[in-house]
Amino acid sequence: MILQHLAILQVMLPLLAAPLCVLSRSPLLAWGIAALAGLFALAGSFILFAQVLNAGVISYHIGNWAPPWGIEFRLDAANSFVLVVVSLVGAVCILYGRRSIEREIPEDDQPLFYTMLLLCFAGMLGVTSTGDAFNLFVFLEIFSLSSYVLVAMGAERDRRALTAAFTYLLLGTIGATFYVIGLGFVYALTGTLNMADMAVRITGMAGSGTLRVAFAFMIIGMGLKLAIFPMHLWLPNAYAFAPSIVTALLAGTATKVALYVLLRILFTIFSPAYPFESQTLQYLFLPLGLAGVFVASIVALFQQDVKRVLAWSSIAQSGYFLLGVSFASVGGLMASIVHLFNHAIMKSGLFLAVGCVVYRTGSCSIASFRGLGHKMPWTMAAFVIGGLSMIGIPATIGFTSKWYLILAALERGWWPVAIAIVAGSLLALFYFGRIIEAAYLQPSTDDSTITEAPLSMLAPMWMLTISCLALGIDSELTVSAARAAAEALFLDPHAGLPAHTGP
Amino acid sequence: MMFALGPETVLQLILLVPGLGAILIGATNRFPNLRDALSLLIATALCALAVWLLLDHVAGGIARLQLTPIVQGLPILFVAEPIGLVFAVLASALWIVITAYSIGYMRKNNEPHQTRFYICFAIAMASTMGIALAGNLLTLFLFYEILTLSTYPLVVHHETDAARRAGRVYLGLLLSSSILFLLPAIIWTWFLAGTLDFTRGGILAGKIEGTQAAILFALFLFGAGKAALMPLHRWLPAAMIAPTPVSAFLHAVAVVKAGVFTILKVGVYIFGVGFLASVQASEWMLWVSAFSLIAASVIALGKDDLKARLAYSTIAQLAYVTMGVCLATVMGMVGGAMQLVTHALGKITLFMCAGAIYLATGKTRISDMRGLGRVMPFTFGAFLLGALSIIGIPPLGGAWSKWFLMMGASDAGHLAALGIWMLSSLLSLAYLIPLVARGFFLPLQEEEDRPQAQGREISVIRLARLREAPLWCVVPACITALLSVLVYFAGPAIAGFILPALGP
Repeated sequence: MILQHLAILQVMLPLLAAPLCVLSRSPLLAWGIAALAGLFALAGSFILFAQVLNAGVISYHIGNWAPPWGIEFRLDAANSFVLVVVSLVGAVCILYGRRSIEREIPEDDQPLFYTMLLLCFAGMLGVTSTGDAFNLFVFLEIFSLSSYVLVAMGAERDRRALTAAFTYLLLGTIGATFYVIGLGFVYALTGTLNMADMAVRITGMAGSGTLRVAFAFMIIGMGLKLAIFPMHLWLPNAYAFAPSIVTALLAGTATKVALYVLLRILFTIFSPAYPFESQTLQYLFLPLGLAGVFVASIVALFQQDVKRVLAWSSIAQSGYFLLGVSFASVGGLMASIVHLFNHAIMKSGLFLAVGCVVYRTGSCSIASFRGLGHKMPWTMAAFVIGGLSMIGIPATIGFTSKWYLILAALERGWWPVAIAIVAGSLLALFYFGRIIEAAYLQPSTDDSTITEAPLSMLAPMWMLTISCLALGIDSELTVSAARAAAEALFLDPHAGLPAHTGP
Repeated sequence: MMFALGPETVLQLILLVPGLGAILIGATNRFPNLRDALSLLIATALCALAVWLLLDHVAGGIARLQLTPIVQGLPILFVAEPIGLVFAVLASALWIVITAYSIGYMRKNNEPHQTRFYICFAIAMASTMGIALAGNLLTLFLFYEILTLSTYPLVVHHETDAARRAGRVYLGLLLSSSILFLLPAIIWTWFLAGTLDFTRGGILAGKIEGTQAAILFALFLFGAGKAALMPLHRWLPAAMIAPTPVSAFLHAVAVVKAGVFTILKVGVYIFGVGFLASVQASEWMLWVSAFSLIAASVIALGKDDLKARLAYSTIAQLAYVTMGVCLATVMGMVGGAMQLVTHALGKITLFMCAGAIYLATGKTRISDMRGLGRVMPFTFGAFLLGALSIIGIPPLGGAWSKWFLMMGASDAGHLAALGIWMLSSLLSLAYLIPLVARGFFLPLQEEEDRPQAQGREISVIRLARLREAPLWCVVPACITALLSVLVYFAGPAIAGFILPALGP
């Protein structure tokens, strides 16, 4: 019974838990509710993922209205995998968050903070699950609006969070609007909002100018959300000034969800078979991806604030996603999806480690990291492992990502791109090297007695760190899941009837 | 016996012993005596295991251990094969010696962070074993990177500004070269051959040719930055800032040998000797390494700091191995493998002597060391043996590696290589022997001003005037010096052991 409705409960439960947090009034209770909802989503996403792998696509008709008239939640190998990523990072961040939020958010606001966190979380799960392009927009707005608020709540620590949130809001809204404009055009052409249905109806319309304009609007809209270079300007400030846990959550999930939507647009609604799309991939995504990797990595080298270094590094990673997509091959797509998963794990782990440092020292400038290698050994060890993973040292998940990206570039015969990918990871060596050297080899600036972060923060963070190593040593699970996801997206998005249908 | 040791168990143990050893060493932080005894014990156990594997292989056993896949279709794989076994036994045996030496050196010198030192040493040792026994390129690459990372704390041991700068060069060059060149080379090979297993006769035959093969080969050679091929050699002199045991072991045995070992493995098991010769991929790299050889020797001549001179000498001697591989003949490869062994023994002796001189007198500059031979005859005697081995004079091990290398050159018809090696032997004579000669035949620096009687008594060593370093430091150097002699007699046996692996 519950299993049958899991696809919708997965999204609705966190959504319904959000107002409960407002009512609870007590930070601890609100945290408990949020944590329960997070764990439920995590368990649910794993069950759904297993179901999809075993039994094929799940199609759930909301209110029992059959698609394309009703809203359909459609889970295939691609989005059920993204669902796992989102709920995993979300659950870990919520579990980790209690002490960090106590430190960074005033007590009265804490229940509201959890409310926003849950709304954001539910929104992302909804975006990922839905098969309806307009419903996707609705969830996108739920998640975006709440994330603007979440970023703004960093104002307690630094007032600049307000302007950062405002920039984020402006650009995010433009992005969402562009998406909906594009969607409007497609709707005008096809009269349907169901993505799979849309895909069927627009075949043969490749010559239509309206369709191309729609494509452009939707791509640019999602590009803004994904912070594709040069549409990344909102990201560094938003990440740097948001509360630590929000940064970790957004870095691990928001851009990943945006990437997922981009993949849906590119491969489910449209297809690389359309000349305008294959040209976009090759002549727009490839150069932008390369530029993003290098420009953002080089900027990261000169940052004095660790959160900013990581934020610019995230923009660089968006470049890698684009590269993988631009190959327009199963291999490239798989590399992108592997990297989507891996980057979510490692970047969230890194931001959580920074959160521990902020918790103890109140600052996250590189100078404040001095000497922390000895004072906060567990936190810094996790940071080092995350950093090594970002560089792409073997036996970490970052290596798996790089391996498949380079392999995909070689398969395509684009060896200069392969060289660019390794050169990009070299830049990561330098920007992480600076921080790690400061932590271990430079004496601390003051004699304050900083101690290790509390266990309730270390344990969730180390869960990510350990998966960073374990899945790097044995990548069978992620790689086969990503391969299934890539094939689901790339090969035949419309083939096959729903394996089992909801009420 | 309670349980029979199978080859697979031994392979597991050989990685676990130093790994767990590192944890145990960390746990005994507060009891220095126990910690140091434990280090020795672990080293001995590891060596015994490596020897067991070697004997097992001689008896015809095939040790093989497969673990989880790092990427699909590519598991972590360990296979015992002759070149790797020789490297494993060599490294683990020298680890015992160097542990004894470290105990003496670190205590006498009152070094800080000794526990961290031994932990990192053990991890470095575990990764060296991983490299030696790796069954495919990816496993080798994995441990290659861990070796780089685990030796970084040893290089920056003193945590001074100079050490930090040196550490940056060290990590920067080694990681950059491996990420920029070695990793693409590995992925390219995987893409071409669909396998990365070390296979007799190579895996690339017929898959690549011409310029592309030459580029791939060059990527491997420069990618193995630990082999210190110019212009990627700067990390080696920089690493000399580390305590001497680190220089002695890691930068004469484990790290640099991991680099040339990688090149050897690529030459033998990835390209294959026959294929390498037929595509002529290595011709131009031969000249690059020849340049490295001569240039480093000339630089060594000009260095007054003993460790810096030894570092450049190492760069030159490593180029012998690279040249041996580039010759693409069976004898060249044998010579390369022999050079790996004999140079390790010779150079570790020299470094240990340099450390002993520093401990006893505080001197690091060669020009200050005149006359020291008379007060430190054992140290200087060991140094002489090590130096002669490196130059390649019988009856010392180094003679064999030069012998096989030159045979390889004549097989390939490369007379120029012969000439280069003759020149470099002369150069090594010029940069190593004056130290010993001046040590024995000139008066002590401190006594120069005193009026000296002409004639006989100057060259006499008097026991009462001995000023040797602690026993823990002198004895290991003497042991490795004697091992250099022993290897001369074992030379044909080692070559005979390696030879069958090189054929198709």
